[in-house]
Amino acid sequence: MSTRLTASDSTRDDAILRISDLSVALPQSADRQWALQGVNLTLLAGQTLCVVGESGSGKSVLATTIMRLLPRGLKPMAGSIHLQGENLLQATESRMRQLRGEGIGMVFQEPMTALNPVLRCGHQVEELLRQHTSWSATERKARVLEVFSKVRLPEPERIYTSYPHQLSGGQRQRIVIAMAVILKPRLLICDEPTTALDVTTQKEILRLIDELHREQGSAVLFITHDMGVVSEIADQVLVMRNGEQVEFGPRDAVLKSPQQDYTRRLLESVPSMKPPRPRHLPHQPATLRAERLQKTYISHNWRGQKREMLALRGATLEVQPGETLGIVGESGCGKSTLARCCVRLIDPTGGELLWGDTKVDAMPEHQLRRHRNAVQIVFQDPNRSLNPRLTVGQSIVEGARNFGASEAEATSLAQELIRKVRLPVAALDRYPNEFSGGQRQRIAIARALACKPRVLVADEAVSALDVSVQAEIMSLLREVQAEHELALLFITHDLRVAAQLCDRVMVMRHGQVIEEGLTADVYARPQDPYTRELLTAAPRFEPSLEA
Amino acid sequence: MSTVAGRQESPMPGTPVKPSTFKRLRRNRSILASAIVLAFLAMIAAAAPWLAPVPPELMDSAHIHRAAGHAGAVTLADGSQVHTTFWMGTDGLGRDLFSRVVHGARISLVVGLCCALVALVFGTALGMLAGYFRSVDVVLMRVIDGLMAIPGILLAIALVAALGPKLVVVIVAISIPEVPRVTRLVRSLVLTLREEPFVEAARALATSPLTILMRHILPNSITPLLIQGTFIAAAAIITEAALSFLGLGLPPEVPTWGNVMAEGRVAFSEYPGAVLFPAMLLFPTVLAINLLGDGLRDVLDPKFARRGMQ
Repeated sequence: MSTRLTASDSTRDDAILRISDLSVALPQSADRQWALQGVNLTLLAGQTLCVVGESGSGKSVLATTIMRLLPRGLKPMAGSIHLQGENLLQATESRMRQLRGEGIGMVFQEPMTALNPVLRCGHQVEELLRQHTSWSATERKARVLEVFSKVRLPEPERIYTSYPHQLSGGQRQRIVIAMAVILKPRLLICDEPTTALDVTTQKEILRLIDELHREQGSAVLFITHDMGVVSEIADQVLVMRNGEQVEFGPRDAVLKSPQQDYTRRLLESVPSMKPPRPRHLPHQPATLRAERLQKTYISHNWRGQKREMLALRGATLEVQPGETLGIVGESGCGKSTLARCCVRLIDPTGGELLWGDTKVDAMPEHQLRRHRNAVQIVFQDPNRSLNPRLTVGQSIVEGARNFGASEAEATSLAQELIRKVRLPVAALDRYPNEFSGGQRQRIAIARALACKPRVLVADEAVSALDVSVQAEIMSLLREVQAEHELALLFITHDLRVAAQLCDRVMVMRHGQVIEEGLTADVYARPQDPYTRELLTAAPRFEPSLEA
Repeated sequence: MSTVAGRQESPMPGTPVKPSTFKRLRRNRSILASAIVLAFLAMIAAAAPWLAPVPPELMDSAHIHRAAGHAGAVTLADGSQVHTTFWMGTDGLGRDLFSRVVHGARISLVVGLCCALVALVFGTALGMLAGYFRSVDVVLMRVIDGLMAIPGILLAIALVAALGPKLVVVIVAISIPEVPRVTRLVRSLVLTLREEPFVEAARALATSPLTILMRHILPNSITPLLIQGTFIAAAAIITEAALSFLGLGLPPEVPTWGNVMAEGRVAFSEYPGAVLFPAMLLFPTVLAINLLGDGLRDVLDPKFARRGMQ
């Protein structure tokens, strides 16, 4: 097959990617007919197109359709995809293999799974050159090192011989980007490339992608759910929902004066980075207090040598009834360790922990059981936080049954709680797999409330949810907090969520609290340089819609 | 992935997208075929006393090495005579092979089922202890490692020699070497499951360790255990036949497939029926159980079931 299908038209076509009326059918058993329906877009050289939408909107399907890597069962039924004038849907498989890499580069969400853990990084990148060029080994190595320094990997020679696990998440993503751009493709597809990364790393990666595509004159198709990222990098925005194209246009038009209600709602549910005015809370004695809490993990290597890992180096906190304390920080800063210590899911190795007046940091489990109803926890991943083999009702009343509630009491409690989290009573007899992520998170909250806790720890409880669902869960948390005078310990990496929900925030780094204060103060006048870096790294975007 | 958005709209999803587990099991061809074969074998085993024309131990010196299909009168233990057809012929001691093979199905299926159950029950109990209570783990797993170093068939020979050739002894002897394998499997399952948020939530709700194990961990380990169980059953049936064949299992007069083949081995070149007929049942039995295990894994294990469906 020739490289240029219709030479005369396509060479004059300055669009890198042109998709018209693309529809992809789902298998018969699915709950809707189309994975993608009637998608139209044009992407010019040097432009960045952001595809946004909530989970299930079909944005990843769009990427895999362009790459012709659709999972079995999904088939393009209508429309065309033209890459520089060449219809990809009609290209042969061998032509597609050539185009993947040379014509289209792809960056994935999770760099660890995109790389082969048993091959050296340099070797993996070089593999592409071996497939697509006839260069000698020295030429290939030189080119790989050149690309490594271009994606700003420190010490390219060392990285060349490193294995993926020896690198940080940001460095791994740079390797994946190096693989995507080494053959200078005209189109770069990035599928949520920064979602698994910390904000400070995200910022660097975004800048890198931007530079590379400007330098190579390529176009970028950037899939994301983060409106902040969109506002920073997009030229064009495509909003998708349920496989359909909701809105397509230049960034400012879509973000500032959206034509569709759905886009408007999507933008409105993005939490603002500006904290609301602080609530006035009467001073009350703390319900949960941690004093210089420490957690050290000790491991032994094969020679029996001790290795200590300090996950928590003396964190102090207290929350009072009705108050929300936010703990923010990047991955590995110890915020989850602190949360789990507070619930005594892991045992602190130092410091003091008090639930109300009871000192619990070293209390053995059998004595602790009586106090377990005081502090409850809601987890991040709604798919794993409910036992798939128990009905929702059984899950919800588990705690109450443990504290001696009778069958009848448990049933009426379950009905009351399921109504409180706004799910129909019929949900009690169903199994978790019949519910969406947001609904499951509601169930998890109901379960935590069942034994009438005084403190609720939410460990990234809204991080895995779409923004609109996130907003619903946040308002549910506010409601139950007000009703039960709950002290809420809210752990998150998302500074926007923290800004909206928390009365006070604590910033953690390397297992220590480095800054603490009223949310409004910390956001307006960060004292610690790290806090400042964190706040400026977050993509600037304020949902300011024109009426 | 496609289901999430649709679900968030409605307050509650109407019908689940996936068909029920039972339906998916029935739709799998290898499960259906092996279930039919095993049901047929179970029926033969259950009806053995009525299917067998004469008692399986009955020897009649008048009918030694009869060809298959030969008809004749047999003298029963009480002296009375019964006219019968030897559908599979007779062996060197004048016993009806058909009666022996049909009765042999009982022993084989019982051994397979019991060994799987015994190994699963003990293996699961030990594995859950080792996986959940870290203090037990170190000691228990070293014992298990030790057990794994004992060759299974040697242990069986020793036990049968020491305790006598009884069915219970054979079952225990075959089950013991399987226990460590199940223990390791269950331990690894527990180690993964105990870190799951729903187990942590149960701990935060003051659920006792025993309840956590029985209510949260065990039900979520059933699938791999069921699959492992089928492979243990298949292996146990073969091991029992091998023990009998070597003369180390049940006494030679007991009608097991292994015993029938052992007796027939001597005159195999002239009268191959005594080896071939039991083999013709042993082979599909083991194959059906293994296929059942493969099919269960394909349908129930999410790693296989979701392939291609995303």
